Amino acid sequence: MSGLTVQDIVKPENLVYKKTDLMTDKTLSYCPGCGHGTAHRLIMEVIEELGKEHETIGVAPVGCSVLAYEFMNVDMQEAAHGRAPAVATAIKRVWPGKVVFTYQGDGDLAAIGTAETIHACNRGEKIVIVFINNGIYGMTGGQMAPTTLPGMKTSTSPYGREVVAMGNPLKITELVAQLPGTYFVTRQAVHTAVAVRKAKKALKKAFQNQIDGKPGLSFVEIVSNCNSGWKMTPVDANIWMEENMFPFYQLGDIKKDGQLIEKK
Amino acid sequence: MTEEIIIAGFGGQGVLSMGKILAYSGIMQDQEVSWMPSYGPEMRGGTANVTVIVSDERISSPTLTRYDTAIILNQQSMDKFEETVKPGGILLYDPNGITHHPTRKDISIYKIEGAKLAASMGNTKIFNMVVLGAYIKVKPIVKLDNVIKGLKKSLPFRYHKLIPLNTEAITMGMENVDQIN
Amino acid sequence: MGELKLMKGNEALAEAAIRAGADAYFGYPITPQSEVIEYLMSEKPEERTGMVVLQAESEVASINMLYGAGGTGKKVMTSSSSPGISLMQEGLSYIAGAEIPCVVANVVRGGPGLGDIQPAQSDYFQAVKGGGHGDYRLIVLAPSSVQEMSDFVPLSFDLAFKYRTPVMIISDGLIGQMMEKVELFDQMDRLTDEEVIEKYPWATNGKPVGKERRILTSLDLDPHKLEKHNHHLQAKYREIEEKEVLSETLHCDDAEYIMVAYGSSARIAQKTIQLAREEGIKVGLIRPITLWPYPKKEIEKYVQKGIKGFLSVEMSMGQMVEDIRLVVEGRTKVEHFGRVGGVIHSPEEVLEALKQKLIGG
Repeated sequence: MSGLTVQDIVKPENLVYKKTDLMTDKTLSYCPGCGHGTAHRLIMEVIEELGKEHETIGVAPVGCSVLAYEFMNVDMQEAAHGRAPAVATAIKRVWPGKVVFTYQGDGDLAAIGTAETIHACNRGEKIVIVFINNGIYGMTGGQMAPTTLPGMKTSTSPYGREVVAMGNPLKITELVAQLPGTYFVTRQAVHTAVAVRKAKKALKKAFQNQIDGKPGLSFVEIVSNCNSGWKMTPVDANIWMEENMFPFYQLGDIKKDGQLIEKK
Repeated sequence: MTEEIIIAGFGGQGVLSMGKILAYSGIMQDQEVSWMPSYGPEMRGGTANVTVIVSDERISSPTLTRYDTAIILNQQSMDKFEETVKPGGILLYDPNGITHHPTRKDISIYKIEGAKLAASMGNTKIFNMVVLGAYIKVKPIVKLDNVIKGLKKSLPFRYHKLIPLNTEAITMGMENVDQIN
Repeated sequence: MGELKLMKGNEALAEAAIRAGADAYFGYPITPQSEVIEYLMSEKPEERTGMVVLQAESEVASINMLYGAGGTGKKVMTSSSSPGISLMQEGLSYIAGAEIPCVVANVVRGGPGLGDIQPAQSDYFQAVKGGGHGDYRLIVLAPSSVQEMSDFVPLSFDLAFKYRTPVMIISDGLIGQMMEKVELFDQMDRLTDEEVIEKYPWATNGKPVGKERRILTSLDLDPHKLEKHNHHLQAKYREIEEKEVLSETLHCDDAEYIMVAYGSSARIAQKTIQLAREEGIKVGLIRPITLWPYPKKEIEKYVQKGIKGFLSVEMSMGQMVEDIRLVVEGRTKVEHFGRVGGVIHSPEEVLEALKQKLIGG
């Protein structure tokens, strides 16, 4: 024992990391190893760094992140399942000077809310959509999502997703990138330090676009794990994600400054 | 005074706008008015009718089954509405295209050659104004100058240049209506 | 005196939204009320008052747009007709739960299902008993003239904000499509952003400096807290029942029989009164203006006076009649008459029903 007390260590000059004040002190309701907490934090850090704490209105979805408003310390609305893009559209239309974002999972955004997602994107609403894709319905206990990979086992595809009977996984991010109303479309991850740094940069760009009044919607997908739903340890889930999700949902920018990026 | 009128004909004959001008004329002389059209798919080229009520009192039901006056502009409407005129009421019709003429003895029947007169004036669109003129001659519930004021209110400004022609058509109708029973 | 115009009910509703200082309208076309959004679009309210008008991708989106914009303290409105209003029920439940003020107009058409596009009053239960899931109420106003289609818009906004609750204006194809003389009220100012922020501290329009952020949600996973929230909502509803009932009575002073009818049926019933009294039948009319809260006391008053019977006249198979029976509790006769499916009953038919069901029976 060195004899150092907590007071000896916790001093402003020793500060290497500080949780943003835009995250509340509430304990996150997410499973250990889940990407939601990191994604929440990144958004809040970006809002803080852009100085928009008092001008931001966030819209939470239905799903695991239904309680996002408990953790994000800005004005928040909790939308009905899938309707966040409509809710955010209206907020932005009546408060064009404010910063408005939605935070949605794959079931919310790409299944029940497909119409709202596509039409908000197509109208070019000047909002940010953050889309967490973990290939499963986490909140309700691991059912098949529109993004569930072929062959992937879930509680409603217990023998694996059979695409002939259950349909194909939906690459909604590629889909909305085709719409003239989207200005910036990117796919990121938050499972490694490098990925987190890139994701934060993408989120910052998305919000900056909105603040600058760029013509169109900024759409940031974050491919994440769901270790509980996938029935894996957090470490295994990340490895599985890299080996299975990333080849199908390729990371990187899809559309930048209103222009689709040519795949080499 | 309460006057309950049905105006019925083909879509495109100006039935609804004639009713609207009549209703506006009532407003111009401080009366209560209502205008209730049949609406829906039958409006697309089929028959059109509108119930107009002009009254000194608060208007109760805007839809009716019996009328003080029926203005009838095609055979289907004749078949449907001749019977609905109250005894002692008025039936005004344009004989153009009518094969079964009205036969009731307990009402006053008037005829206006609206289509012919409008054609003779070189503009078939003013047909409804000729008929309106005939009506206010037979039943002067609204004054001519209030009708012209009503026209001004109901026509978009860009059509105001047509008011003299419409006025002429109304006068033509007033001068050419004939009682036939 | 305000400006006099000859307008359709739907147009009067739309014009009134602009004049009442509404901040936004979100809607989706459906017959027989598409004139509302058509009129708004043609009037360029963005230029007149700065009001936002947006055609949404569905009624589901429209009602959730009301949730979003209404939740920021802005005056927002939508309109639709029966099938579209059914689609909005989920959103209305969330709006009631999260206590967001807004105005929803339902120009009712024949049902069930796609039904038809003619006038009906068969959405009464849906409007006054909640409609969506959970224990909640809408304040429901029933205009019976084009004038009231206009006048009830600012009234609805006032009630919506006073109680932080959704308000429904329920009319039908008859009131919506009919033109009548309407005296338009003068343009009211829209609140500035600063006034909205000042006036509605609950609204989520950006966390105020030095204050707690605001959350609008209908979710509470703690059953005890959710129960408490339900009690809070019910207390609000009791206050509304106490203070906001509106009704009109016509020819009830000497009446032996009373018809109860709202909206367009009340107009038809007025003609029936005239026909009945020409025959010496003493009949009056109670016209509920608020369908919820229901004018129970007015009906009770005439039960006490010993009225011989009530006839509920409604274009439904008998919905409002149940609310009359809840007041009357068997003390006198309560019957129903109404045509459905878009058929409008005639004043003569109503008189005949009055004779057969109450007087003769």
